[in-house]
Amino acid sequence: MAIKKSEAALDPLFNNNPIALQVLGICSALAVTTKLETAFVMCIAVIAVMTLSNLTISLLRNQIPNSIRIIVQLVVIASLVIITDQILKAFLFETSKQLSVFVGLIITNCIIMGRAEAFAMQNGPLLSILDGLGNGVGYSIVLLVTAFLRELFGSGKLFGVSVLPLVSEGGWYQPNGLMLLSPAAFFIIGGIIFLIRVWKPEQVEMDG
Amino acid sequence: MEYYLNLMLKAIFVENMALTFFLGMCSFLAVSKRVETAVGLGIAVIFVLTITVPANNLIQTYLLSEGAMQWLHPSLAAYDLSFLHLLCFIGSIAAMVQLVEMTTERFFPALHGTLGIFLPLIAVNCAILGGSLFMVERDYNFTESVVFGIGSGIGWFLAIVALAAIRERMRYSNVPPALRGLGMTFIVTGLIGIGFMAFGGIQL
Repeated sequence: MAIKKSEAALDPLFNNNPIALQVLGICSALAVTTKLETAFVMCIAVIAVMTLSNLTISLLRNQIPNSIRIIVQLVVIASLVIITDQILKAFLFETSKQLSVFVGLIITNCIIMGRAEAFAMQNGPLLSILDGLGNGVGYSIVLLVTAFLRELFGSGKLFGVSVLPLVSEGGWYQPNGLMLLSPAAFFIIGGIIFLIRVWKPEQVEMDG
Repeated sequence: MEYYLNLMLKAIFVENMALTFFLGMCSFLAVSKRVETAVGLGIAVIFVLTITVPANNLIQTYLLSEGAMQWLHPSLAAYDLSFLHLLCFIGSIAAMVQLVEMTTERFFPALHGTLGIFLPLIAVNCAILGGSLFMVERDYNFTESVVFGIGSGIGWFLAIVALAAIRERMRYSNVPPALRGLGMTFIVTGLIGIGFMAFGGIQL
């Protein structure tokens, strides 16, 4: 089974996007997207954990007994998440407060488990790193687009900087409060999936 | 008593795990094609949340938080192991799920028949770990954590059954091809979420 390096890294971006097609890792994707800043930090954390966990598991893959592989994968991922959590608390305390439990929930983020199980257990370290990076970036694209729309229309800001001046501050933009609430995230992701599938019709599900 | 009822109501409706915090979304979207399976998974989630949140509360108060191990030996009072809580919780959840599976298989074979395939799935369901993490973040005591565990389980159950019922009906409607399946499910979930927001701010 020879997988090209470019395929491992680029396929997850649009052709096999973890959120839009594989339905993995949605939980954390939605809750942190009210602001670009938190979404951005979350993306970096997920990319880092995913790349490192893919690397570690791929290096260990010939040593891990098959019957306890899930536990081994969980321990590797949990340790990486604890390190990430501690780093965020040390250097980005404010953002880590806003992310609250969602950094911890990276452990149960199914993309990471899913890639470890489906890819890193069968492939060498280099390919696994690329696969981790690719899936992380694919996840980040959806997250950042959602956060961009929600922050721009919900509070007229991008990265906390005012872009559309609000009515309450003497400007002209009346913010759309729905954007900051949870249903908006569902609508936006539903919309992103719609656009991807209009663009790539082979992803359409036959039985609705 | 009223306080606990309030906490329960809040966990079920106002701060619904699935619709407000997006927890357990992966299985929420994947297992909601039919009402029957959705009910099975929902009951399993209530079951496991009711057991794991209080269990993790005990682990947190007696082993992990600062100075918690004083009851073992006075010299241990200086330790603060709270950075280990992620690892401990995920371990205890996996162990609990295994225990629940073995107990139901031995004593309630009929229940095991319905829940069986869902139990392993639950170990990596973020609603379960999320429940425990919220419990720590909000400093619940033991009784509060029991109430919170049951309440958030019931909330998740209601949400997934509602979604499954709508998806069953949706088979008869003419959805644009690109929205079929996942896309439409997201939009429906959003609409259910708006419905649940009507409960916002309710207090007893």
